[in-house]
Amino acid sequence: MSRTLYDKIWDDHVIREEADGTSLLYIDRHLLHEVTSAQAFEGLQLTGRAPWRTSSMIATPDHNVPTIDRNKGIADTVSALQVATLADNCRRHRIRLFDMRDRRQGIVHVVGPEQGASLPGATLVCGDSHTSTHGAFAALAFGIGTSEVEHVLATQCLIARKSRNMLVQVEGDLPAGCSAKDLVLHVIGIIGTAGGTGCTIEFAGSTIRALSMEGRMTVCNMAIEAGARAGLVAVDETTIEYLKDRPYAPTGEAWEQAVTEWRALHSDADARFDRVVEIDASTVRPQVTWGTSPDMVVAVDGTVPDPMDEADPVRRDAMMRALVYMGLAPRMRVIDIPVDKIFIGSCTNGRIEDLRAAARILQGRRIAKSIKQALVVPGSGLVKERAEQEGLHEVFRSAGFEWREPGCSMCVGMNDDRLTAGDRCASTSNRNFEGRQGAGGRTHLVSPELAAAAAVAGRFIDPRDMDA
Amino acid sequence: MEKLVTHAGIAAPLDRDNVDTDAIIPKQFLRAISRTGFGPFCFDEWRYLDRGELGMDLDSRQLNPNFILNQLRFRDSSILLAGANFGCGSSREHAPWALKEYGFRVLIAPSFADIFYNNCFKNGLLPIRLPRDTMRQLINECMTQVGYRLVVDLERQCITTPSGNEIPFEIDTFRRHCLMNGLDDIGLTLQHREEIIAFERRRLAGRPWLTYNLQD
Repeated sequence: MSRTLYDKIWDDHVIREEADGTSLLYIDRHLLHEVTSAQAFEGLQLTGRAPWRTSSMIATPDHNVPTIDRNKGIADTVSALQVATLADNCRRHRIRLFDMRDRRQGIVHVVGPEQGASLPGATLVCGDSHTSTHGAFAALAFGIGTSEVEHVLATQCLIARKSRNMLVQVEGDLPAGCSAKDLVLHVIGIIGTAGGTGCTIEFAGSTIRALSMEGRMTVCNMAIEAGARAGLVAVDETTIEYLKDRPYAPTGEAWEQAVTEWRALHSDADARFDRVVEIDASTVRPQVTWGTSPDMVVAVDGTVPDPMDEADPVRRDAMMRALVYMGLAPRMRVIDIPVDKIFIGSCTNGRIEDLRAAARILQGRRIAKSIKQALVVPGSGLVKERAEQEGLHEVFRSAGFEWREPGCSMCVGMNDDRLTAGDRCASTSNRNFEGRQGAGGRTHLVSPELAAAAAVAGRFIDPRDMDA
Repeated sequence: MEKLVTHAGIAAPLDRDNVDTDAIIPKQFLRAISRTGFGPFCFDEWRYLDRGELGMDLDSRQLNPNFILNQLRFRDSSILLAGANFGCGSSREHAPWALKEYGFRVLIAPSFADIFYNNCFKNGLLPIRLPRDTMRQLINECMTQVGYRLVVDLERQCITTPSGNEIPFEIDTFRRHCLMNGLDDIGLTLQHREEIIAFERRRLAGRPWLTYNLQD
């Protein structure tokens, strides 16, 4: 019987299945960070249990580490304790940790792929919803809660039920100036934030195949913003090329064997999906979110929608509330919205390709005088190193950006990097929820190119108009 | 885990879609390393006029009179009637921890985000999905009838309204079983220890890359 990519990886990991479909799923790789693991380790200790297989585990602090001078440690004592607790737990159980002083430290979803620890055909979990990122490697990767973190630590398994299969088929060339971020925001705008609920989304088609691994990670990263716990992209030469010679990737004979196995990781030609959405890539334009949910999104050359045009009363209310929170008026042009702050980084857009794209726009330019703060936060220490080798940090600094240390930073606002009430931010992150980047802060999700262009213009602008 | 077989309590409406986990428990509280202490900060940015911080003096906080859960009639509610896609966003289990400690035992909505839905069951919190029309009717009744009280029977899988209306709901057998018996699912899984070991041996044999450990 023909199967989807998701069916294949799922089937390969089911240890047992109960009559009601509840399954025990084997977990190959477990990534850990400071925010969602402390209580899980505490649970193990209280019940006298030990981690099942520490070779499956890699940890790094990312959510609340400072992005300025690391030599001083973490000033906030509450955060410092949490990060120290992760280090203690890793030391006690001999779990590989990339700590704050390690050049490999970074956002867990940047570090895993970079180290070659996110491998095709594997099941991968982490106590973070953006674990969907790793699906770009045809790994079945999804976020779990702390109780499930404890469960995986203790048993190397997860109690799970199979999701439905959804296919997002994207064909054609993305227009110049449009990136993977614009594509995924465009998709979320169409299917909505619950469009993929209960599903694993496979992203396929010529557009996806043409994306770099970085681009595919951006797309899978935001599958969760469409409600899908996991996103997937089939293995091809781009996947294999990316993984070759990475620290955790196999070498020699094992590499050949692995590659043979990985090449089979795609949906069968006649596989059946429960839902199919077809997207014409040529219709994608640079995207800007206007509201407080990622599906409240329009093209940069568009206008803020008018709630009065919405027939559904619940949605109309939500739109009205979002407009009040965002301080916007219906029907205003997106290019007339001024911005105060710029954030380039996050597990969505904190990789080297993202920094290059933003730097290309900023080369020889300065941020507008009205910009209160512009941050670049590389996704990992290795991304930062690479960017510095390429001189990107000089481009950002000359343009007026601050060049920071790696971490989640202003995407989640758990450290000192956050918006103050009323700040309007062009952000390359993934969530524009109320208060996400700081209480009262207003987030507009955009691509790195658009964030850089907005920094220069002091308002939203199509990055393609910058070349004029 | 605290078991739940039947629950009777006051219902409160939170009639908006896409209530995300950042709204349920804002990020500044996620720095804690305990499972408790989040209840006072549940819906913090909506519930209070001042900004919440861990370790603050709770008695001096200013309640937001416009937030519906602050209305006297909903103060003791233990059943939340919510909008679609409730609990979307991050995987933070702090969200169900906060809701439970606030006093909720049952959440009823047209739909829940997947990770949040899972997390509820691990914490003795029952999320129930009902059709939008039924939700609309419950919320309308809840808004117009003071002391609107529901009886939720997990064993019979039905909700009884004050007028005696019985509304059935669906739930997975396994999750229902665990919640009704307050079972620790790690303990359940470890009953299959031998099966896991055998599976793991097969899975890892010939796939050495799944067990690499980096040396310093």
